[in-house]
Amino acid sequence: MRPLHPVSPSLRTVLGISFFVLFVAFWAWITLGGHVNRIFLADPLSMLRDGWRLLVEDRFWLDILITIWRVFGGFVLASVVAVPLGIAMGAWKPVEAFLEPFVSFARYLPASAFIPLLILWAGIGELEKLLVIFVGSVFQIILIIAVKVGSTRRDLVEAAYTLGSTNNGIVRRVIMPANAPEIAETLRLVLGWAWTYVIVAELIGSSSGIGYMIINSQSRLATGQIIFGIIVIGLIGLLSDFAFKAFNRWLFPWSLA
Amino acid sequence: MSKLLIEGVSRTFAGVRGGEPVRALMPVDLAVAANDFITILGPSGCGKSTLLRIVAGLEAPSEGRVLLDGKPVTRPGPDRGMVFQSYTLFPWLTVAENIAFGLRERGMAEEERDGIVASYVDLVGLKGFENHWPKQLSGGMQQRTAIARALANDPDILLLDEPFGALDNQTRGLMQELLLGIWERRKKTVLFVTHDIEEAIFMASRVIVMTARPGHIKSDVAIDLPHPRHYTLKTSPEFSALKARLTEDIRVEAMRTADVH
Repeated sequence: MRPLHPVSPSLRTVLGISFFVLFVAFWAWITLGGHVNRIFLADPLSMLRDGWRLLVEDRFWLDILITIWRVFGGFVLASVVAVPLGIAMGAWKPVEAFLEPFVSFARYLPASAFIPLLILWAGIGELEKLLVIFVGSVFQIILIIAVKVGSTRRDLVEAAYTLGSTNNGIVRRVIMPANAPEIAETLRLVLGWAWTYVIVAELIGSSSGIGYMIINSQSRLATGQIIFGIIVIGLIGLLSDFAFKAFNRWLFPWSLA
Repeated sequence: MSKLLIEGVSRTFAGVRGGEPVRALMPVDLAVAANDFITILGPSGCGKSTLLRIVAGLEAPSEGRVLLDGKPVTRPGPDRGMVFQSYTLFPWLTVAENIAFGLRERGMAEEERDGIVASYVDLVGLKGFENHWPKQLSGGMQQRTAIARALANDPDILLLDEPFGALDNQTRGLMQELLLGIWERRKKTVLFVTHDIEEAIFMASRVIVMTARPGHIKSDVAIDLPHPRHYTLKTSPEFSALKARLTEDIRVEAMRTADVH
């Protein structure tokens, strides 16, 4: 095969789908063929049956909704704090010098390790779940945006100065619009990470949500339900990513024209 | 009185890692009369762009000062419009919005802006492209927009830093005629930096030749060719004579830069 040679769109689709087919086929073969114990791994058909029962009888869609609300709640909270801070750090170097060392340190604090502390402070209600996502996302967003804003094209800034922009005008009418697509792209990336934080938050001290269903199923050895829950998370993540991408494209047509 | 006065302006860059400081520009004196079209010609690295950036206020001189209409320059401002070699249109704004940028920063009302923008769109021949993004334009069209953007602000002086340097030869020739045509009709003080000898002669009422690093002014040549100028002028005997003379001047400098005595 020639390195770096592009693949045709139709072949790309076929290849992409065929891995899913192979994966499910292998899974069906080891489970339905009796090569692994059904207690540890459910087969694809019973997974679908369990999933259907969850949705119809156990009102699992309520858990899905509550998990989605937590992800977006925590994510919006983090964005509202982090985006202005990131822009301020990127634009004004003294602000960066003041905050950057702490934020760099804080981003390596694992959000999951905060869960016991957050439960002590905020109980096991919704606020605690939102805070886990907030802690996990906020420092990442701040740092990435600060770096992007800090590398704003200097020639655009200089051009604006020669056109009469004030310092304030540079920040509001050059730095912010110039980096808006990158900021939106950063948020899309971090939203993906927020999905992993929410499940961790729901595995501990929770009574609702997809993560709660998963940990609850473990005690009943309902591996079909666990797998169904994991697949639902993957699908929602994929959908929200697509939606976010389409929204960014609609919002910033100039960056791809 | 001179429109622009450059008095003993020099620029020295701090040494890298404790090395010797680098002198980019020897003290330069230059007086520019109102409505003159001055081209600054020199080999790369002669400090001609540095000089222009000091006039723009984007860099501070190490010594000396720049006076525009008697007032010292301390920072960039809308009284000195600038066109850069790199494409510096704001990519998130359309052609019309780019041209309106300076007017908007000044707080001008939209209806008033629209009239001015339309006239400059017309002036640089971009009618029909008002709502295009910069990415959809060719290099020549982007630089025409950049010229319109600088002129729409009605600056006291227009500074151009090798504005056509990234364009192909044919486009470059057309852009020279366009800019010169605008200057012939609208009279403006212009400082135009280039390393292209033909361009320097064709555009200018006065060519300033700069030496290799550390740069200073080597010669100051008045170009008395008649206006309006047509591209055929470039093949006339007078033009060739000027070209021969400046080629000789610049060649010595280029050789010194390249260290081949």
